[in-house]
Amino acid sequence: MDFVTRNLPYLMAGISVGGQYALIAIGYTMVYGILRLINFAHGDIFMAAGLILVYSATVMPMYIAIPLMIILTVLIGFIVERVAYKPLRSAPRMSIMISAIGVSYLLQNLALYVTGGLSQQYPAIPWISDTVTIFGSTTKRVTVITPVLTLVLVVLLVLLIKYTKIGMAMRAASRDFETSQLMGIKINSVVSMTFIIGTFLAAIGSALFFTNYTGVTPTVGAMPGLKAFVAAVFGGIGSIPGAVIGAFIIGICENIIKGVGLTTFSDAFTFALLIIILIIKPTGLFGEKEADKV
Amino acid sequence: MKKKVMALVTTVVMVGTVLTGCGGNGGAAGPAADNGAKVVKIGVYEPASGDNGAGGKQETLGMQYANSKTPTVQIGGEEYQVELEIVDNESSNDKGPSAAASLVSSKVSVVLGSYGSGVSIAASDVFKDAGIPAIGVTCTNPQVTEGNTHYFRICFLDPFQGTVLANFANENFSAKKAYILTKLGDDYSTGLGHYFKEAFTGLGGEVVEETFQEGNSDFISYITSAKNAGADVFFAPVSTEAAALIIEQSAAQGLTIPLMAGDTWDSNVILNAAKGKDVQIYVTTFYQEGGNADFDNGIKEWINADNTAKANNGGDDTVAAVTAMGYDAYYVALEALKAAGSTDPAAVNEALWKVSYNGVSGEIAFNETGDALRDVAYVKCANTQTGAWDFVAVQGVK
Amino acid sequence: MNKKNKLIWNVSLIVALLVLLFVLEQVMPSGSMLFTVLKKGAIYALVAVSMNLLNGFTGLFSLGQAGFMLLGAYTYAILTIPPESRASVYQYYDGGIIQFAIPVPLALIAGGLIAAGFAFLIGLPVLRLKSDYLAIATLGFAEIIRAVFQWDKLGPLTNGSNLLRSFPTFQSVLYPFIVSGICIALIVMLINSTYGRAFKAIRDDEIAAEAMGINLAHHKRLAFVISSFFAGVSGGLLAMYQTTIQASMFKSAMTYEILLIVVIGGIGSVTGSCISSFLFIACSEWWLRFLDNENFYIGSFHVPLLRAGFRKVVFAVVIMAMVLFYRQGIMGTKEFSVEALQNLFRKIFLRKSVKKAGDTHES
Repeated sequence: MDFVTRNLPYLMAGISVGGQYALIAIGYTMVYGILRLINFAHGDIFMAAGLILVYSATVMPMYIAIPLMIILTVLIGFIVERVAYKPLRSAPRMSIMISAIGVSYLLQNLALYVTGGLSQQYPAIPWISDTVTIFGSTTKRVTVITPVLTLVLVVLLVLLIKYTKIGMAMRAASRDFETSQLMGIKINSVVSMTFIIGTFLAAIGSALFFTNYTGVTPTVGAMPGLKAFVAAVFGGIGSIPGAVIGAFIIGICENIIKGVGLTTFSDAFTFALLIIILIIKPTGLFGEKEADKV
Repeated sequence: MKKKVMALVTTVVMVGTVLTGCGGNGGAAGPAADNGAKVVKIGVYEPASGDNGAGGKQETLGMQYANSKTPTVQIGGEEYQVELEIVDNESSNDKGPSAAASLVSSKVSVVLGSYGSGVSIAASDVFKDAGIPAIGVTCTNPQVTEGNTHYFRICFLDPFQGTVLANFANENFSAKKAYILTKLGDDYSTGLGHYFKEAFTGLGGEVVEETFQEGNSDFISYITSAKNAGADVFFAPVSTEAAALIIEQSAAQGLTIPLMAGDTWDSNVILNAAKGKDVQIYVTTFYQEGGNADFDNGIKEWINADNTAKANNGGDDTVAAVTAMGYDAYYVALEALKAAGSTDPAAVNEALWKVSYNGVSGEIAFNETGDALRDVAYVKCANTQTGAWDFVAVQGVK
Repeated sequence: MNKKNKLIWNVSLIVALLVLLFVLEQVMPSGSMLFTVLKKGAIYALVAVSMNLLNGFTGLFSLGQAGFMLLGAYTYAILTIPPESRASVYQYYDGGIIQFAIPVPLALIAGGLIAAGFAFLIGLPVLRLKSDYLAIATLGFAEIIRAVFQWDKLGPLTNGSNLLRSFPTFQSVLYPFIVSGICIALIVMLINSTYGRAFKAIRDDEIAAEAMGINLAHHKRLAFVISSFFAGVSGGLLAMYQTTIQASMFKSAMTYEILLIVVIGGIGSVTGSCISSFLFIACSEWWLRFLDNENFYIGSFHVPLLRAGFRKVVFAVVIMAMVLFYRQGIMGTKEFSVEALQNLFRKIFLRKSVKKAGDTHES
């Protein structure tokens, strides 16, 4: 029992942060699946979602602020795609990736300007930020809720992709972008929908993440964003269950590494894991074999 | 063709601006103080963003308040208008030097700052090459003033502060084991952690050391490790940004041992994070609110009258120790200017060695390394009910 | 214009530039921001060109530049700190384990070699990866290198995560220009050699290149190692410019900055990278600084919105606009040359005279 109480907190922290990475990673993996674009700005949209709630919670009650935050975040995701990525759809892949880096730079600097460079205290969301005790270790309720909520959302998403018309269109677009256009799929609305779903999940992920780790700074999104991307690659980019499993593995491993005292390497470990999987199985754990498009 | 023209135009514009724009910052100053008085510039090299942004802003507030109280100085029988030239070093050792270079190019006579030892060390050579003296306000790492003749400092040093904290932990909590958490790449944090460890092990204690990367916001595992190690105190000399996260998460994780830290934690950011939570926080600092009633009341009034100032102070009128230190640093600079009788940086540098000034934070005079002679630190404890600091003790080193 | 003439023109241009710099240094106050920008610009020009060699000329999308700069910077710093200052720099590690110093040029080359050596090792596994995967793997390696250099156990060598300082720095603004100039000239010579043509062939079509008998793995590795060598040298120069270095400076944000410089200059243009690095540094460090000033007046009009951080927003918007609307960058894939300049002037002049003729006709 002593062993459990000593080590359970690491595991819980790992699962909880893994769930939050998973919600971000889905955005990466879906966008990559369709556009073959590493959306470097995704982590910063996650940060923006945090800031929006910080500011909106000061002027309105929480039950309005949270839906508003989600709507605004989705709107940002939509606008970013329309303004920064859509015009470059026929350009080489590198330009669109650079555009993503540019958006990330812009969002971070805007946040720096708005916040004046200071860390903003995230408001406590009632109920989920309460403290609870599990097997003798204390933690916030959000730690327990995150994995459950993540799994529910992922199941819903998979159902959406499997059984709805837009889901079918997404699958078609990710299989073959050009041909799906020829088959009469409105590619712009499919891409927009992808971004909307991705940012919606990132917005929820941000509410969970910042309830646990309550400081919002302009660069706070960078590391979770990068790690979520690594999770997406690890699980096999384009595959939603892969991204989720990858995220949980990374979240748990990261906390175990910290637990055994190798704290300097907690971030580096994530990347080492990535490189190893890329070398052994370049398409990730669950990735489909990708034919070279010539 | 069009692109070639564009390329040419950009090149020409660039070369042109480089050649013509040499005269400094292109008239960026506000409406000049046009009352006939000459102007002397004091550079303020402080972070306004990044990890240490909150502390840097509070320190700058002290200087601005002092400047509003005493906007002129007599130098060599003439009255000079004092102008603060403020730059943001972004709490970053790689952005710092170019911010410092922009101070040099606007021809300041003396520089104040910075909050955070790393950025001070990083910019030290820029000031040295330009022959401009700098007065460190709250950078406590010994390396700031060591081995040079242009960097001064008005606060105590980390070896002293670390010892005070170790003694305090040993005496008040009979601590046998300390958990030390420092931030990688932060010279203040690793330095103070090192001196605390030296002093604490010297007292027969045991330490567990861990580090975290910049940008880390998940401290739950660290807190669990501290618990598992059976530590009696949690020592975390880190920036306020990380501190707020540590406090929040240790309350959520039910950490019962006291959190201890150095001067950075003396900030209302910490008080706000700790308010209403079940945590014990002890810090060492330079100044205790109430130490000088005139100063406290004056600056509170000034902060409350100015919305920007209030926002920079974290939204309330708590007087941070760093603000008091910034205030004193400004007057030390004025004393040096007066003694030098000239705005020439070299003369100011020479004069600084002999300056002695009785500030709100105590007597200030410099020793042979350019450090202020300080032998006491205040220990404060965060009152989680009222959200204010409670005075605990004045502690020196025996 | 024949080849000889061209060479004479180019050499005399470079000499004129150096003389101009020398004169500027003599007449201008040494604290001017101009020199800060010129020094940093020269260093970034070198690293941007080295990145361009990979991304623009060989078509390998690598994001590991910051990591290689870190290796170069640390090697330089560790090898040049004078033994008498080591005790104070390595104060937590009893003066460190290295107790000698070597001359600056040797240390710069050593920095390059160490970076190149690591690149060789990293290249063995990662160069098999394609485009985005290569990018993310090299980015990952840069992060791993950064963490390793911050490791406490390596403290006697790297000073842990603390600052390294007290090493020799620039005495004159000419120094970074000369070193960067030589390095960039070497890169240009490489690009114009058979190897360079092979690189370009790989960029344009890997399969065709292989069919033509180009050894893909060998050439890719060569480009990667050479690019990293120069990134290492520029890391050493950056250390000289900064006067202090620390592993935490070399974040992925630094690589992104360099990538943006390359893109703004034009992917596949050496002169473009040089021009844009000076523009980029000047804008981010100097020209836009007034935007951070809250009390900025034009006449008596108080300009709104200005406060700390505004300069960065403006800068980011400008960059976004460049990326979206001016995709080819300043130079595209073209090079700045005397000939092109001549042609340009001729065309502008001709057009003007034609226009003038038209004007007189109308009147």
